[in-house]
Amino acid sequence: MSTIILLLITGLGLGALYFLVASGLSLIYGLMGVLNFAHGSFLTLGAFAGWELARRMDGSSWGTLIASLVLGMAVGAFVAAATEFLLIRRLYNRHIEQVLVTVGLALASVALFEGIWGTDAIYVTAPEWLSQTTEILGARVPNDRFLMIGAAVLVLLGIVAFLRYTRFGLIIRAGVENRSMVTALGIDVRKAFTVVFAIGGAAAGLGGVLASHYFGYVSPQLGGSLLIFAFIVTVIGGLGSLAGAAIASVVVAVLQQFANYFWGGTGDLMVVLLLAVVLLVRPTGILGKKA
Amino acid sequence: MTEIVTESILSVAGLSASIAGQQVVEDVSFEMLPVGVTALLGRNGVGKTSTLRAIMGLIERSGEVTIAGQRVDREPTHRIVQRGVGYVPEDREVFSSLTVAENLRLAERDSSPNRQLIHELFPDLTDRAGQLAGTLSGGQQQMVSLARALVNDNRVLLVDEPTKGLAPLIVMDVAKALERAAQTVPVLLVEQNLQVVRMLAEKAIVLEGGRVVYDGSAEELLSNEALTKELLGVA
Ligand SMILES: Nc1ncnc2c1ncn2[C@@H]1O[C@H](COP(=O)(O)OP(=O)(O)O)[C@@H](O)[C@H]1O
Ligand SMILES: [Mg+2]
Repeated sequence: MSTIILLLITGLGLGALYFLVASGLSLIYGLMGVLNFAHGSFLTLGAFAGWELARRMDGSSWGTLIASLVLGMAVGAFVAAATEFLLIRRLYNRHIEQVLVTVGLALASVALFEGIWGTDAIYVTAPEWLSQTTEILGARVPNDRFLMIGAAVLVLLGIVAFLRYTRFGLIIRAGVENRSMVTALGIDVRKAFTVVFAIGGAAAGLGGVLASHYFGYVSPQLGGSLLIFAFIVTVIGGLGSLAGAAIASVVVAVLQQFANYFWGGTGDLMVVLLLAVVLLVRPTGILGKKA
Repeated sequence: MTEIVTESILSVAGLSASIAGQQVVEDVSFEMLPVGVTALLGRNGVGKTSTLRAIMGLIERSGEVTIAGQRVDREPTHRIVQRGVGYVPEDREVFSSLTVAENLRLAERDSSPNRQLIHELFPDLTDRAGQLAGTLSGGQQQMVSLARALVNDNRVLLVDEPTKGLAPLIVMDVAKALERAAQTVPVLLVEQNLQVVRMLAEKAIVLEGGRVVYDGSAEELLSNEALTKELLGVA
C-alpha cells in the first residue's frame, strides 16, 4: 500500500512538471498551429536563471526559492514572447519553416547554455523541508512532490481563469476555434499570439526551476528531456486541449512510475505504447477536436 | 444635408483573387450604392463569396479596393474591419464554444455598442445570452452572426447569403433585420433568394466565372425573366 501511495504521489509530481511544459505547447498549438520545439529551452533558461539567483542569496531560505520561481517565470515569459515576436511571427502560416526555426533554436540554445554554464549538471540547494519526507498512509513521500503538484494546480487554475474572464482569454478561445473569423471582427490576433507564448513561457520557466529541485540539478539538457514527454502528453491529451493536457500529464507520469517499479524499468516504453494505442484508437487524443 | 456624396462607400477595381493557385475572382470592378442594398448575385460557384473574402483581405488578392475614399487592398483584415466594415460570412461562422453573449462581446469595437438595437432586432438572443452558440438553431446562429456586425456603427456591411438554409418564416425575420440595418448603413448583399433581393436591393451586380456580367438596376434585372434565367439560372 505505501509503495502505491508513494508511486502515485511521485507520479503526480512528475505529471505536474509535464503539465507545466505541455500547457504552453497545447495553447500555442491550439491557437497558432505551431509545434514549438524551442519550448524546452524556455524551461532550461528559467531553471538556470533561478539557480543564478539562488546561488547569490541564501539558497536554503524560502524567500530565495520563491524569488527564483518568480524569476524563472519572468525569464521564461520574456524569452518566449521575444521568440514569437522576432521569429515565429514572420513565419505566419508557414508550418514547415516554423518547425525548422524552433528545432534550430532548441539545438542552438543548448549549445549556448553549454557554452555559458558547462555540460555538467549543477546541483541546487533548497529549503530543508523540500528534502524531507512526510508520512501519508505509511508512505514516506518526499516533500518536493507537494510543491510541484501545488504549483501545477495553481497554474492550471490561473490559465483557466485567464481564458475565462479576460478579453485576451476570450480572443484566444475564439481564435482556437476560428482564427480568421477573429480577424474579421477587427481584432489583431497576433497580439494574442504573443500573449499565449508569454503564458506558455512563464509556465515552462516555472517548471524549469521546479524541475531543478525535483531532479536536484540544472543542466543544459533539462528542458529537452522533459519536452519529449510533454509532447507525448500533448498528443495523448489532444493537441490544443488544456484539460486534455492536464489529464494526460497525470496518466502518463503515473503510468511511467508504476511501470518503472513493477515491470522492471519499462516506464518510457509503456508511455510510447500508450501513445501508439491512443493514436490508433483515437487519433485526435483524449479531448482533441475532430479534424 | 446639402453635402454631396462624391465618392462611393465601397468600390472595387480590377480585383482578382485566387485560392490554392486557382483564380476565382477575375478583374472584377463595381461600385456600391452609397445607401441601401446592393446585391451581388450569380449562380453557385461563380465567385461571390470569394469576392467578399478578397475585399476583406481573407484571401490573397490584387487590384484596388477603396472604402470611403481610402485604398485598403494592402491592409490586413483587422485594419479593414476597423475602418468600419461589418462582415457576416457565409455559413455564419459563430464561435460555437463561446456563449451568445461572448460572441457579441468579442465583436464589440465601439465604446458604445448598439446593444439596445440588437435587443430590439433579436430579443431571442437576449434570452439566450448564456447559451453556447454551437447549440443554437441555424436561424438563431444567423442572428448572432448578424448581431456581431450590427453591434458596431459601421460604414458598410458585407453580408453573404444570410438566408441560406433557413425556414421561410425565419428568412423574413432576417430580411426585415437587414432592411432596418440598411436604413443606416449601406449593405453589399450576396443572396440566392430572389424574393429577398426584390424586397431589399436597388442595384444588382451579377458575376459569372469570376467576372462581372451585369451591373445595373436590380428591378430591371429581375423583371426581365429571360435575363434572370440566363444570368442566375432561375426565374
Ligand atoms: N477553399 C477553397 N478551395 C478551393 N477552391 C475553392 C475554395 N473555396 C471556393 N473555391 C472555388 O472558388 C470558386 C468560387 O467559389 P465561391 O466564391 O465560394 O462562389 P459562390 O460564393 O459564388 O458560390 C468555386 O469554383 C469554388 O469551387
Ligand atoms: Mg458563396
